[in-house]
Amino acid sequence: MSHHLVEVEDLCHVYQDGTSALNGVTFRIHHGESVAVVGANGAGKSTLLLHLNGYLLPRSGKVRVGDFPLTKATLREVRHAVGMIFQDPDDQLFMPTVYDDVAFGPFNLGLPAEEVEVRVMRALETVQISHLKDRPPYRLSGGEKRRAAIAAVLSMEPDILVMDEPSTGLDPLARRQLIALLKEFHHTKIIATHDLDMVLDLCERTIVLHGGKVMADGPTSEIFADDRLLATCRLEKPLSMQGCRTCSAK
Amino acid sequence: MKISGGNYLELGYLDLLSSQDTPVHRLDPRAKVITVLIFTLAVISFDRYRVAALLPFVIFPLALIILGNLPLWYLLRRLAVVLPFILLVGIFNPLIDREALLQVGSVTISGGWLSFCSILLRSVLTVLTLLALVATTGFIGVCAALDMLGMPRVFSLQLLFMYRYLFVLADEGGRMARARELRSFGNRGGGIQSFVSLVGHLLLRTFDRAQKIYTAMLSRGFQGQFHLRRQIGFGYGEIVFIAGWSCLFILFRFVDIPAFVGGIITGAGR
Repeated sequence: MSHHLVEVEDLCHVYQDGTSALNGVTFRIHHGESVAVVGANGAGKSTLLLHLNGYLLPRSGKVRVGDFPLTKATLREVRHAVGMIFQDPDDQLFMPTVYDDVAFGPFNLGLPAEEVEVRVMRALETVQISHLKDRPPYRLSGGEKRRAAIAAVLSMEPDILVMDEPSTGLDPLARRQLIALLKEFHHTKIIATHDLDMVLDLCERTIVLHGGKVMADGPTSEIFADDRLLATCRLEKPLSMQGCRTCSAK
Repeated sequence: MKISGGNYLELGYLDLLSSQDTPVHRLDPRAKVITVLIFTLAVISFDRYRVAALLPFVIFPLALIILGNLPLWYLLRRLAVVLPFILLVGIFNPLIDREALLQVGSVTISGGWLSFCSILLRSVLTVLTLLALVATTGFIGVCAALDMLGMPRVFSLQLLFMYRYLFVLADEGGRMARARELRSFGNRGGGIQSFVSLVGHLLLRTFDRAQKIYTAMLSRGFQGQFHLRRQIGFGYGEIVFIAGWSCLFILFRFVDIPAFVGGIITGAGR
């Protein structure tokens, strides 16, 4: 199943103002893997994600999604394969109602109206918000908006889900529900986040970015056990691995 | 200068009203838009000195309000927002047009005052009807109807996007204004200068957001085609609604009902 593969090879990116965001990033993600991309602010996470759905095209280095190298000619296929969930759901939910928004992608894929209807309802049921389908997005709570944004991507039936900070702005219960929901998905998942506890729950593999480079790439449990690595990359152990402060103080 | 959050919440209330379920709400948006259009044409096509002949038209907005279960008081408050503009448009008429046209007892009424009243009445009628239209159809429904009736897609999209992000923008502006207020300690917060920079920032953020929305659209395969869902529900009810009201408007337009009724009453006495 090579079409679930994400391959990045020696990817570099320099912004127009001269800031260099990526300096030779290389990794390979296989079918069904769930991978966290962690790193400090400005480590290059967002820039990397923008390459994965072809918003930025590689100037030097290569990106390969499934059977396609990322170029202008393959944008359509790549964007079909990669579902991108943005950090701020307000940026993503631009249509007048939740239903219309979830239908936006399938319509662009050129699907007939009946198929769109089926896919929209299926996606809404998956994230359990079918009762909100006729509501305008600005009337939703943060958790509902996040679910709607996920449904909007699921309806395109992508192979790979790319998420930018999916847990920010959610209350603890909504966050917990989101984690449970994402756990059920069998897609290849790439999650950029600062929520390291969520990484522990969701991702068996972690890629640590620092200064536009891959500092470490391996099993999540090993990476979070490496105190020196975490300190150099301005990271910290997930709270759940830190031991209880109240108990140890006694 | 204070950007209040109250205003846009009231807009949200208009939206909430439109999600009710009454016979008026259930009508196809197109039927309502067409009828309102005919209503508006009929109202504005009167001679500028006519006042009394306009009065029967009030039955249409009232019918929408009553059948659509809308709070009249709320709509009147919304109407009050546009009233100053209407007054500004009409206020010079009494000053310029002083020709006496009407004699009521010992009071002479000039043409200017008559046309001023006429403008006022027409505006109140049309604005109230428009508000009732949006409150029974929803802004999105009105846009969809206009789109289906052949308004260029660019305009309907522009309207939809404007409406969608109005709330986000108002929120952002409100937060920035609050942040400024909290640090200005009762002073005017650096006056116009900091206000200019605040508005500038808001504009830059808007560009930024537009860029992000476009990215989101692209990543879902946007290629310039926009699909709006079409609810097609044009049946007998819609046809009767349009035809019935239109006939009534035409009747009101060509027969001066108040004069006619007055004629019958006084005529009966003679």
